[in-house]
Amino acid sequence: MSASALETREGVEVRLEGLHREFSGVRALDGLDLTLRPGELVALLGPSGCGKTTALRLVAGLDDPDSGRVVVGDRDVTHVPANRRDMGMVFQAYSLFPHLTAQQNVEFGLKLRRVDRSKRAGRARQMLELVGLASQADRFASQLSGGQQQRVALARALAIQPAVLLLDEPLSALDAKVRAQLRDEIRRVQLEVGTTTLFVTHDQEEALSISDRVGVMNQGRLEQLAPPEELYTAPSTAFVAAFVGLMNRIPCRVEAGRASVLGATVRVTDRSVTSGEGIAMVRPEQLVVEASDAGSAEVLQVSFLGSVTHVRVRTADGHELLSQANGAEAARLTVHTPVRVRLVADQLLVSSD
Amino acid sequence: MIKAARRALPSLGMVPFLGYLTVFLFIPTVIVVVGAFQDDGRPTLDNVRALGSGPVLHALRQSLVVSASTAVIGAVVGGLLAYAVVTCKPDGAVRRAVTSACGVLAQFGGVMLAFAFIATLGFSGAVTTLVKDSVGVNLYGSGWLFDVPGIILVYSYFQIPLMVIVFLPALDGIKVQWREAAENLGASTWQYWRQVAGPLLLPAFLGSTLLLFANAFASYATAAALVSQGNPILPLFIRSALTSEILLGRANLGYALALEMIVVVAIVMTGYALLVRRTSRWLR
Amino acid sequence: MTLPRQRRARRQRAFRIVTFVVLGAFFLIPLVSMVDFSTRGTAGSGRTGEAWGALLHDPELTAAIITSLELAALTVIGMVLLLVPTMVWVRLRVQWAARMVEFLCLLPLTIPALVIVVGIAPVYAWVTYFLGGSALTLTFAYVVLVLPYAFRSLDAGLSAIDLTTLSEAARSLGAGWFTVIARVVVPNIVSALLSAAFISVALVLGEFTFASLLHYDNLQVVIAFFGKSNAKVSVSASLAALIFGFVLLLLLSLLGRGRKGRRTTAIEPLAVTTPAGKEVKG
Ligand SMILES: Nc1ncnc2c1ncn2[C@@H]1O[C@H](COP(=O)(O)OP(=O)(O)OP(=O)(O)O)[C@@H](O)[C@H]1O
Ligand SMILES: [Mg+2]
Repeated sequence: MSASALETREGVEVRLEGLHREFSGVRALDGLDLTLRPGELVALLGPSGCGKTTALRLVAGLDDPDSGRVVVGDRDVTHVPANRRDMGMVFQAYSLFPHLTAQQNVEFGLKLRRVDRSKRAGRARQMLELVGLASQADRFASQLSGGQQQRVALARALAIQPAVLLLDEPLSALDAKVRAQLRDEIRRVQLEVGTTTLFVTHDQEEALSISDRVGVMNQGRLEQLAPPEELYTAPSTAFVAAFVGLMNRIPCRVEAGRASVLGATVRVTDRSVTSGEGIAMVRPEQLVVEASDAGSAEVLQVSFLGSVTHVRVRTADGHELLSQANGAEAARLTVHTPVRVRLVADQLLVSSD
Repeated sequence: MIKAARRALPSLGMVPFLGYLTVFLFIPTVIVVVGAFQDDGRPTLDNVRALGSGPVLHALRQSLVVSASTAVIGAVVGGLLAYAVVTCKPDGAVRRAVTSACGVLAQFGGVMLAFAFIATLGFSGAVTTLVKDSVGVNLYGSGWLFDVPGIILVYSYFQIPLMVIVFLPALDGIKVQWREAAENLGASTWQYWRQVAGPLLLPAFLGSTLLLFANAFASYATAAALVSQGNPILPLFIRSALTSEILLGRANLGYALALEMIVVVAIVMTGYALLVRRTSRWLR
Repeated sequence: MTLPRQRRARRQRAFRIVTFVVLGAFFLIPLVSMVDFSTRGTAGSGRTGEAWGALLHDPELTAAIITSLELAALTVIGMVLLLVPTMVWVRLRVQWAARMVEFLCLLPLTIPALVIVVGIAPVYAWVTYFLGGSALTLTFAYVVLVLPYAFRSLDAGLSAIDLTTLSEAARSLGAGWFTVIARVVVPNIVSALLSAAFISVALVLGEFTFASLLHYDNLQVVIAFFGKSNAKVSVSASLAALIFGFVLLLLLSLLGRGRKGRRTTAIEPLAVTTPAGKEVKG
């Protein structure tokens, strides 16, 4: 597991420019622009069918765009066949060659590159060690668990030291615990080798926890590309706000760049509605609930989630809100408890829809 | 005691089935095996020894030639057809039509098939006549249709579709991800076939070929209807043994010939079983 | 500029078209030739339906057709009576015998029909002694012949239903075993029974080996016999039998389509769909 096992390689920049792809009337990609900085790990997040896989396949050269370009470094690879793109890909599932052992699977790409036998075997072994599977090197795919198979697939993709690493929901077939473990492993290895990586997932936690930046896609386009914290605290569109994490949508009025929400007045963010009616996007943790006989809201439901407790309340004007409470406060809340709801935020996104 | 009898009771339900198979499958097989080593109720090796005589060896050799060549033709042509089928849309009309047709044609043989080819390439067959009238060439020749070459051609008619049916599942089992993973790792089309698809399909391909071999080797009706005189292949030799009572001076030669047939088919099917087991090592 | 993938798709399509056309011709020409041959006029020109008329009027041929149809019906009945109770019973009460029954049912695929015929002659001497020499006694041999195919259809049908629960429910309501099978199981495997029946009928109508070597006259034996005197009638009868068989087997493949969707994996199915080394063609 030593870093010296891996020759690190300068990461390259990857640019997706105006990619369009249509499948018999369905616009899978509708002008996707996305730039990955050298050595960075970007997670692509989005609802099912938004075009994530399509984007990845275009980068890998497994499919051709109707228009647009894929540029790696300063080379336009749009029309370069997949087998000459020098990209490592890990598929969602079942991509190990079933007639080869784990070791032989990892050696496959090296063999194609005419790396000689002993060097090849050595390198494959290093890779298997890196993913913690050295002891299973002689097993066939059918003798490995799903998680182990995915780790071999990762080792196989890394063995060829690709310029770019592409991961299409590599963890979605696994159970939660293995998923968390393998996800951290992927990040560790990626940092170690410094390969520019595009990681497709529909699991927010996965995306937010391991990536340098997260891209949120919707209907074939990129909505926002930002570091995880920024995406969470300052979503630039209503879609991103609603898609990432839990969000309350509270109608409000905006005047002179300030919105009045739940009796408080807060600054609105750049992309917000500047005046008139709008909908404020408020995170549960931005709402504080306190038991109070004078409170005009009422508790509907209290859900204990382990580290935090979610409290669903109804305000006097009939809106349902989700808020978060800490253990001590939550203990005093039960259904029908009258409460006061307070907004704790410096600025809010107020969208028009 | 009584408890054990109770537990054994449901097994009695198997008696009719087992009894039936005993009478109509096992006893005949045993009669063949035992009969091969008997003459007039006395044990002898003469019948088996007669298998080494010239005419029998000749028929066996021709049978092997017919089986091997139709197996290879069937496997190669049927393999190509199966590949053409998998490149169609998975649920498309073309694919469904071709697989249904193959399912039907693989079962189509015997007398009807023989007459189909007699109507086509026989002395006054449609194609024979057409070619004679238009090009002036006599396709009928000296009656090759009714000898080994004809048998090979006619057998191909059911061997090719049979190959499609037995080989198609193997081709379908090749996942797109494997091709894409191979491409992604730098494999050209040729390298993909050579190093991934080829090795994955080879056991199934060879297994199917063996199956076709056994299928041709055991076929009787088609050849019997096509060839009314002479014993160019082993099954027809058995016909002579059964209809003329005494052949090569031996009353029980038919049993020995049938035994020879069982042995050949058993060897081939064992090879087939081994190949199937080999692929199942890769799969669950 | 054409992309590699488009080139590959185009190459594949060209390959597909060539394959389908060439092989389509190979498979269609004999069938078309049969039509041509059987309708050819006597003087070498013109068309006549004589050979087709013979199918209805020639007494020997019609008798053989009737014999074969009766054999087909009897075989289906015999097959159902032998197989359905046994298979249901094995699933419900004697699970340990499941592998054995499967093995036995598939066995006729690996023992050539010709071999069985050679050995069955003495058995048939007894059958004739007890039941007389009617061609319909061929039913006994034919049930063995169709066993593997019928087994596969029925096995698929039975696997698709929850036999244990069904029968327990019926028995708790007071049904006896006969009622369970006839009233509960059978209605639930109708399409499997139909497939088994279709394939059995198709096989029996095409059967030649047993009949000819045991000296019974069924359809195929008579067709072959006619070949020496009047090939045209043989060809028309062959084509008619063929078309009938085609229709049956096509119906079968349509039936099969409704039930599939369980099969998931891959390379092994060699063992699943093999009319193995076996005289299936009569
Ligand atoms: N080969 C194809 N043929 C036809 N339509 C396709 C094809 N591939 C993708 N699509 C369509 O394109 C759209 C985007 O698909 P894509 O697979 O990229 O989505 P995704 O974001 O990866 O979704 P998921 O999270 O479910 O994997 C979908 O509407 C899909 O139906
Ligand atoms: Mg996807």
